[in-house]
Amino acid sequence: MHRRIYGLETEYGIICTPDKNKGKKLTVQNVVMYLFREIISGRMYPDVFLENGARFYQDIGCHPEYATPECDDVIELVAHDKAGERIVTRLATTAERRMRADGFRGKISIFKNNLDTVGNTYGCHENYLMEREKVSFRQLASQLIPFFVTRQIYTGAGKIKRSDQGFYEISQRAQHIREEISIATTTARGIINTRDEPHADREKYRRLHVIVGDSNMSEFSTFLKVGTTGIILRMIEDHFITERFALRNSVQAIHEISEDVSCKRLIELENGKRLSAIELQWQYFECAKRYLETVDSDSTTDEVMARWEYVMTCLEEDPMQLERELDWVIKRKWIETYVKRRSLDWNSAEVRRLDLEYHNIRQDSSVYYKAEKRGLTERILDDTQIRRAMHSPPERTRAKFRGRFIKLVNNGKVLCGVNWSYIQLYEPYQKLYLSTDPLEPEFEEASRMIYSI
Amino acid sequence: MPREKQQEYRDHPINENEEIQPNSEINDNVDDLTEDLDALLDEIDEILEEDSEEFVENFIQRGGQ
Repeated sequence: MHRRIYGLETEYGIICTPDKNKGKKLTVQNVVMYLFREIISGRMYPDVFLENGARFYQDIGCHPEYATPECDDVIELVAHDKAGERIVTRLATTAERRMRADGFRGKISIFKNNLDTVGNTYGCHENYLMEREKVSFRQLASQLIPFFVTRQIYTGAGKIKRSDQGFYEISQRAQHIREEISIATTTARGIINTRDEPHADREKYRRLHVIVGDSNMSEFSTFLKVGTTGIILRMIEDHFITERFALRNSVQAIHEISEDVSCKRLIELENGKRLSAIELQWQYFECAKRYLETVDSDSTTDEVMARWEYVMTCLEEDPMQLERELDWVIKRKWIETYVKRRSLDWNSAEVRRLDLEYHNIRQDSSVYYKAEKRGLTERILDDTQIRRAMHSPPERTRAKFRGRFIKLVNNGKVLCGVNWSYIQLYEPYQKLYLSTDPLEPEFEEASRMIYSI
Repeated sequence: MPREKQQEYRDHPINENEEIQPNSEINDNVDDLTEDLDALLDEIDEILEEDSEEFVENFIQRGGQ
């Protein structure tokens, strides 16, 4: 079986609404402090590793951010991404209780989206570990750009627009992309981001850090987003793609495709051909199908391919058929239905609120989760898998040992410093365990240590 | 299992030429769907109960990555 490390980082939007006439207002900074209080003490900086191997911290712009542990399977990754939502939800409930005790009555809302009301954006970053020597960065970037520009037709999370600008578009993030390739994550964001911190042996590995995608509520969308990208990366590493998909103007294309909910708009390739996002994605799909006949596949890869084909077939017929699967379609369906049934103005605050509440991760006030509870969304996981991922790290990567150490720390058995690539045991053990390969259970010695404690 | 369901979707693509015979089973399904739809819309009403204008205006974040 081909193995790769996958990871997802999610920056959440957060706000506290004070109870009517009773509550005092809390700033975002204060709410985030309350959120962390359950897991950090005193004046520590809000940045911790959790017993499932994940990291939870306060990121740039005061966003609570959850980074999954290293996973080597896409279904496992989706479970750990969903586990993150539930961990943060649980922290929000505790935070509200603490706030009340301090005299602040209010409700915390946490959104897994990428936009606030005035157009500030925050991200969901995908990470893929790659073998450095297999392909040059230049080649990697040139083959990935057309894929990233077009995959939004099934990975987009959707956003409403003012009615004079066309009601709705596919991606939350697309209009914030300004360059083809860039190191920046907060200003001139690129389709390809060049940050490369492998947290592993630098000679052997690179980390592909993808900032172009939307945050997804739908398990199906997350699964397909990471699953298809993983397959494309494998083909690029094996130099299998010979077709020239380079676009004439990739940045313009990513904007235009996002604006076209029919997914049929033609974009121009460097060689003069004009193709729609659907046609381009079909070509990547066909290429992947041929590729997988030449290499070992596995059940997750087969499932990605089956769902990819199904989605492409539906997109071609009518994207609205995917009202159970894709975030941008699920959300559009419920907004449109609601607007119609309640005779609302498309530009009303209710509609904008609905666009936000779709992404609320607190299930009692989330439009997405209300639909899921009624069986109106297609799922990849069952709840047991998610509950397990809240407490247990992935079994086949170094996250397993990190998780075990964190459990010891939380039980007061040891004191240690933890990072992605090391575990440092303080007094009385005085040991440093370094990992250079996240795929290898290289903390074996550490494991023996755990059992001796 | 979600996967089996997916397979089912793929094996039965939507065929516009296929005549759908009205029968009680299908009508039941339609009723269920309408019920779900109405119930979900009611739940959305509850979510939007408080002042949406104020809520939306207050949702301002500092930009992230």
